[in-house]
Amino acid sequence: MDDSRRRADARALTRRQALGCLAAWSGAAVVWTVAGGVPRALGATSTGAPMAPADGTLTFVQISDTHIGFNKAANPDVAGSLRRAIAEIHALPVAPALVVHTGDVSHLSKPEEFGQARDILKEIRVDRVHTIPGEHDTIDEGTTGYLRYFDHDGKGRSWYSFDQGGVHFVGLNNVQNFKLGTLAALGPEQLAWLKSDLAGVSHSTPLVVLAHIPLWTIWEPWGWGTADSGEAMAMLRPFGSVTVLNGHIHQVLQKVEGTVALHTANSLAYPLPTPGQAGIGEPGPVTVPAGELGHRLGTRELHVVRGQQALALIDRPLEG
Amino acid sequence: MEIPLHDRIHLRASLAARARTAMLAGAIAVAAALTQATAAAAADVDVEITKFAFAPKEITVTPGTRVAFVNRDETPHTVSATDKSFASKGLDTGERYEHVFDAEGDYAYLCTIHPFMTGVVHVRKR
Repeated sequence: MDDSRRRADARALTRRQALGCLAAWSGAAVVWTVAGGVPRALGATSTGAPMAPADGTLTFVQISDTHIGFNKAANPDVAGSLRRAIAEIHALPVAPALVVHTGDVSHLSKPEEFGQARDILKEIRVDRVHTIPGEHDTIDEGTTGYLRYFDHDGKGRSWYSFDQGGVHFVGLNNVQNFKLGTLAALGPEQLAWLKSDLAGVSHSTPLVVLAHIPLWTIWEPWGWGTADSGEAMAMLRPFGSVTVLNGHIHQVLQKVEGTVALHTANSLAYPLPTPGQAGIGEPGPVTVPAGELGHRLGTRELHVVRGQQALALIDRPLEG
Repeated sequence: MEIPLHDRIHLRASLAARARTAMLAGAIAVAAALTQATAAAAADVDVEITKFAFAPKEITVTPGTRVAFVNRDETPHTVSATDKSFASKGLDTGERYEHVFDAEGDYAYLCTIHPFMTGVVHVRKR
């Protein structure tokens, strides 16, 4: 988040409500959600069991850029970081219905990396973990190796859609379809599929779109953008509530364009520099001092509330 | 390898110097023969992959030259010709890929993981 939204939500509460919530949940993360126009705090029950979400809401979690197989100084134990994130997900006050992983599941597209990632992701206690490929998942043989482990709808394609909790989810692949020196793209075949997929969806249905590389150009010299994102955005604009979730840049940035809100996410592997960061020059892993890594990795919790255009987002570092 | 002009003038000044010149020429011939003999085993030209760039980005070589690409980054990269005439696997840190450029031409290549990384090999007869 989105501290601004959290502050706005907090301001919407009366002082009495806020104090009551603080008394009830002091020392624990407080999750704000909005149902029927009334902000409410959610928290773990006294027994510690996660609460069921309120009617008309869908809670889910985004994780990203796990880079299973990476073992350099910036994070010698990426599997451990993922397991730590899973423990955090299991400790959430409201059990999420699903988890989405926005790409770079593996570091080198090796079968053993995909296999290890799939095994660990299966430990998450949710309906399903939905993944999309990052550029680290399509090395050597395109999406073929990735799809052996993560073919979500059995159609042999790296893009797909599904409906859950009143939300239409779309998973895209925007890490291929490039020419010499250009940004990667969705490509004409996928754009045609997206058009036909969205044709059957009411404009009042909330959309959540997953794409690894940001769907807006953040820093072109480092490939932080999608060449044909404009065509995809034109298809998304008619919808009343669109949330685009990206990975790739290992940090939280956001952009709001009308009813379309775009958010990049933290990684669970290692930090990257800020866009075009002076004195660095390239988007390689950043090794931070001991003890700081947990503050730079994290997960994101999202709440979809019927009738609310914007989703409530909470970005949580693994530590701190 | 050519001896600079001022050195040649100086060498012509004495018989002893002429003898040295003959020895130097012989040494050059031996070195050239050695280079040819080992060409099949060792790369003739190295291109470093460092800080998300090919260095040097542009090289000119003669036909038959073996070029080695070595990844010095902590991030994997590939070396992939746009005309598909050669392509490496994903290269992890320290891994290398070699290719012999036999035919004259201009070979543009990129990293398929980071397509903003580009380079070119010009192959020209002397």
